[in-house]
This record gives sequence, C-alpha cells and structure tokens, in this order.
Amino acid sequence: MTAFSTWDIVSNLLLAARWTVLLSLAAFVGGGVVGLCVLYARIARRAWLRRAAALYIELFQGTPLLMQLFLIFFGLPLLGLDVSSWAAAAVSLTLWTSAFLAEIWRGCVESIPKGQWEASSSLAMTFPEQLRHVILPQSLRIAVPPTVGFSVQVVKGTALTSIIGFVELSKAATIITNATFEPFTVYGFAALIYFALCWPLSKSSQILERKLNVAHHHH
Amino acid sequence: MAYSFDFSSLGDYVPVIAKGVAVTVELIVVGGAIGVAVGIACAWARALGPRWLKPIVSAYVELIRNTPFLIQLFFIFFGLPAAGVSLTEMQAAILAMVVNLGAYACEIIRAGIEATPRGQFEAGASLAMSPLQTFRHVVLVPALQKIWPALSSQMVIVMFGSAVCSQISVEELTFAANFIQSRTFRAFEVYILATLIYLLLAVLLRQAMRGIGLILFPRRRAAR
Repeated sequence: MTAFSTWDIVSNLLLAARWTVLLSLAAFVGGGVVGLCVLYARIARRAWLRRAAALYIELFQGTPLLMQLFLIFFGLPLLGLDVSSWAAAAVSLTLWTSAFLAEIWRGCVESIPKGQWEASSSLAMTFPEQLRHVILPQSLRIAVPPTVGFSVQVVKGTALTSIIGFVELSKAATIITNATFEPFTVYGFAALIYFALCWPLSKSSQILERKLNVAHHHH
Repeated sequence: MAYSFDFSSLGDYVPVIAKGVAVTVELIVVGGAIGVAVGIACAWARALGPRWLKPIVSAYVELIRNTPFLIQLFFIFFGLPAAGVSLTEMQAAILAMVVNLGAYACEIIRAGIEATPRGQFEAGASLAMSPLQTFRHVVLVPALQKIWPALSSQMVIVMFGSAVCSQISVEELTFAANFIQSRTFRAFEVYILATLIYLLLAVLLRQAMRGIGLILFPRRRAAR
C-alpha cells in the first residue's frame, strides 16, 4: 500500500478542482444564455409568456437543487435518453442558474425608470430594440455585482453533482478519504480550495456593489 | 420513447415518505431555531461585541459562506470523529445546519442592526439601559422585523440544503426518496413526488415564518 503524503492529497484535490471550475463555468455561461431568454420571456408583452417564465423561475427556485439533479440524472434515462453524470450535472446546473439569473436581472431591468421605456417607445423602437439599445445596457451596470455574487452559489452548487457520481472536488475528497482515512485533513483542504475559489468572487461582488453605490450617490 | 407514469407503485411507501417528511421538518425546526439564535449572537458580536471577537466571527461567517454545505457536513460528520468528537448522523446534520444558517443569519441580522438609527442606541443609554439591554429591547426586535422576509428565504434555502443530509444517511425526505427509488426503480415518480413535497414544505415554512413574525412584531400590525 502506498502512503499518501499531505502534498499528494492536496495535489489530487487540486486536479479534481479543475472539474469544479469547468462545471461552474459551463453552468454559469449556459445559465447566462438561458437566463437571458427566460428574462426576455419574463418581461415580454405577452401575458402567457410572462406567466410561463414566472412558473419556470418559481419551480427552480422553489425546489432543492439536489432533486433537480436526481430528476435529470435518474429520470431522463427512463425516457430513453442516456445521460452521463457530466451531462446531467451541466444541464441541471445550467437550468437552475438560469432561473436565478433571470430573477436577479429582472430586478435590475425593473429598476430602470419607466421614462426610458416611454422615450425609446416614442422613438418607434420595437421591444427587442428597446431592450438591446436602451434598457439592457443600463441594467447591465446594476446587474454586475449581484451576478458575480451569485456565481459563488454556482461554484458551491457544483458540490452536489458529486452525489450523482460526477468526479469533481467533493467527490475526489470522498474518494481520497476512503483511501487515506484522513477525513479531517482531506475535507479541510477541500473546504480551503472551495474558499479560495469563492472568496475572491464574494469579495469582488462586495467591492463592485460599494463602487456602484458611490457612483450612484454622485448623480 | 413514451414513458408511462405509474404513481400507484408508490402507494406502499407512504409511511416511508411520511417518516422522511417528519425528519426533514425536525431538521429545519431544530436547526433553524438554534441557527437563528447563533446568528443573533454573532450579529451582536460583529456589530457591538468586544474588539477581539469581531475578527473571529468574521472569519467564521466568511468561511461558511464561501464553502459548500456538503463539505461542511462531511467535515463535521467524517472529519470531527478523527479529531475525537463523535456525533450521530442526526446530531451531525443538525450541527451542520446550525453552523451554516448561523453564518448566513448573522450577515442578514447584522444588516438589520446597521440600519438601526444611532439615536436608538443613545436613547437606550439615556434610559440607563446597559448596552446588552439596549440591544435586547431596543435594537434587536426592530432589526429582526426589518430583515424577517430575508431570514425566511434563508430558512427555505437551508431546508433545501437539508436534502444533502441524506448523504450521511439521515433518514429525511431525500433519503426516503432514494430508498424507494432503489426498491421500485420508479425514479421519475419518486423524485417528482419528493420535489412537490419540498415545494409544499417551502410554502408551509414561509407561512410559519410569517405567523412567527406576526407574533414577534405585533406593533407593526397595530400600526397598519
């Protein structure tokens, strides 16, 4: 039997952390794109679109992420779709992220004064044009801090994918623990790696928010 | 490919689900109550406590808020026994929820305390109240009232997080769902049912928090 040094533990955890980062990026980018579509539906002129988007957001925000993972991982194969744990993880985290981002961004869009809508509408802009040229550029500024803040939730959310067998940082920690019988050290280091990933995001979200508030007061 | 749903096969497992729901409710009630108490203590320490205590509480809050609940739970359940502290599954789950909620509640409650006008503290002092009395009678209740909706949302999030406790074989709702899934292979039906129950529990928890809010802050109701 080979003995694991502390460095072996850390380096193996770091190798696995690459998958945490990759999955977080995939979920965040994918969730951003889907979230933009959901946002569009959520503020659309057609009432049924708005209602459908509200229901979508309610469903994903109102149920545990773990259940969503299970439904996709165990449920879809029953429909004849073969999903790997990576695909199930990426899809469910993307959908989950999209619902939260859409709701965050809706708040930002709604904070834009009504006059902006009216002014752009009086310039004969269509709804997509209003969004593209007037509303979204202004909302973007307000949206950055909470969006960065939410990215922390995405990174932490990826830990749950270990439960459906996707080998990222948490799963690697469990595997290494089973080999070394040093749960204290292994989970301790895993926590530190998560912290190293998340804390800069939390901190920059706070700093951005403060900056934005200062800028806001000068107007 | 067509899939025919068959919820009837779940009929035999109603007691298993009921027990799972009971354990989930126990987790959130016990973990929630103690967690909020820890949150209040930490918020006090961070806003008004002695200087040496502040960095410790800050470190705790930052560490918990920036690591996943799953890792916290595993650290407590698998890691602490290695350090000589042995806990049952249920104790570990509740401790993890308390530690987790305590950090988030601290931040939320602190925001409420910081929104309290300076004059309130001074008014308390001028009535010869000690700082702790001022905190307890003058500052805390209005602060809690301000942040009650945010705290309620956090409780719901923590309840969703409790699904993870199935991983250390706490027999809560998700554990029950996994068990039934392994017996019946009716994954879709079981997890849809469990998801709907969580949805319902979230609604009930929000209502309960609203009810507690009405009892704790009756003045506001009278003022309306």
